[in-house]
Amino acid sequence: MKKPLIKVQTSENLHSNKSNSRRHFLKMGGLAVAGSSLLLVGCSNDDDDPMTNPPAGDVFDLGSGDVGILNYAYALEQLEAAFYTNVLNGSYWMGLSAGKEKTILEDLYNHEVIHREFFKTALGAATSADKVLPGLEFDFTGVDFTSRNSVLATAKVLEDTGVAAYNGAGKLISNTDYLLIAGKIVSVEARHASAIADLINPGSTDFAGDSVLVDLGGSGVAYDKATAPSDIITAVGATGFIKTKFTANNLPTS
Amino acid sequence: MNLLKILDNLSNEELLNSKSSRRGSLDQFKNVGKNIALASIPFGLAATSSKAKAATSSMASAAFQASPTDVLNFALTLEYLERNFYRMGLDTTGLIPDADKDVFAQISKHEDAHVAFLVAALGDNAIAEPTFDFTGKGLMLDTFENYQTFLALSQGFEDTGVRAYKGQAGALANDNDLLTYALQIHSIEARHASQVRRMRGEKGWITRNNNTLPDAFSAIYGGEQNTVQGGVELAGLFGDFGGVDAVTEAFDEPLTMETVNAIATNFIVTE
Repeated sequence: MKKPLIKVQTSENLHSNKSNSRRHFLKMGGLAVAGSSLLLVGCSNDDDDPMTNPPAGDVFDLGSGDVGILNYAYALEQLEAAFYTNVLNGSYWMGLSAGKEKTILEDLYNHEVIHREFFKTALGAATSADKVLPGLEFDFTGVDFTSRNSVLATAKVLEDTGVAAYNGAGKLISNTDYLLIAGKIVSVEARHASAIADLINPGSTDFAGDSVLVDLGGSGVAYDKATAPSDIITAVGATGFIKTKFTANNLPTS
Repeated sequence: MNLLKILDNLSNEELLNSKSSRRGSLDQFKNVGKNIALASIPFGLAATSSKAKAATSSMASAAFQASPTDVLNFALTLEYLERNFYRMGLDTTGLIPDADKDVFAQISKHEDAHVAFLVAALGDNAIAEPTFDFTGKGLMLDTFENYQTFLALSQGFEDTGVRAYKGQAGALANDNDLLTYALQIHSIEARHASQVRRMRGEKGWITRNNNTLPDAFSAIYGGEQNTVQGGVELAGLFGDFGGVDAVTEAFDEPLTMETVNAIATNFIVTE
């Protein structure tokens, strides 16, 4: 079988219809993971992937310039992809009848995996392997994947955060190719955010609700946030979802 | 137009600096604070980074780059179109079902705000409000008699808006503030588009260039079937993750100003 150009972490494949892989994931689930290397358990042996984990005691920094911003985006997409992986392995989603809600969440999973892998590839081309953010380790014990409310509320926060993050990062990107890519992704995240909000409160104004939007120049609350990376990282840090420590000490600020 | 020559010029340091004459025309934005209603638009152009964004080969699509003033007027045309469309729709008794009124009132409110913002930003350089014909002139659409037609046009306008703003990101790249404001509007249009699409029974995201709009509007979705991102062909790589459909859904594509204007012209009455 032809080796795919993009190596996707096997933990994602556990979503597939292969029931034995789902059992494998459930065996892994809940284990306290000491290092990101555990995510590679069960992966095909990949000789060309250098160990990207920093040595024990060293904390990865996202880096500077466009690479820093790409790593930042990659971190957020890793987070979203990992979240939706858990959603699709949880009893709320698995218990849904085939239909729009089930499809929406599966689509979000697909899209975030694609985004994540795209950034991983882009980073691999943009910089040396040791400067690419490693696979992060996550802790979603704060989310109840058996609960529709918990899943959708968390999804909403993640998608709204993604929009604000991309909007805030745009001006920090130097290379217009990367700017265009970010532009192509942020509108999809906004479509996601809209759909999730409407699932939670159908037919309401929440798809683009006042509570998540901001005013510009007194013209009205009609704009998505554009939030600086440091503020996004602080907010994401507060969720406790990302176990792997990393720093963002060198990102562009203007 | 010799594309290669233009690309060469774009990477010429001198010519990049000469674009600052375009930036000079932005001085008007410093005075936007004098418009009382929107006194706090922070167009801090003096503080804007003078770092010129790197010209790249993909600027081919922006080889003819509009000035920021032109970009804002382009955006204003679309916002006027949407504002008028939604106001007329909401004012048409019996058109929008009660259950859907909150959604369209919210969208309408946003378009009102976007118009106000752009008009204030442009000041004397703002284009006059166009006159619109939402039947599509010769198309004779029953836009305000048939809710399904109204919904279809709404989706078309919102998806067009997303692609229109996206297509101008490069032109605004040298002005951090304008770029950010454009991004903050762009994602709102995407929220609108997602909601209206789903109200029509579509997905909130665009699969390939599939759509159920009248053929006259196929240009709105042209190019959305693209699977090459950042020079990487993504088709075939995500068979377990939704395949080509998902790859096309995961990225929205820009449209050129020319294509968007051609779409909008269907609804603009020229005197």
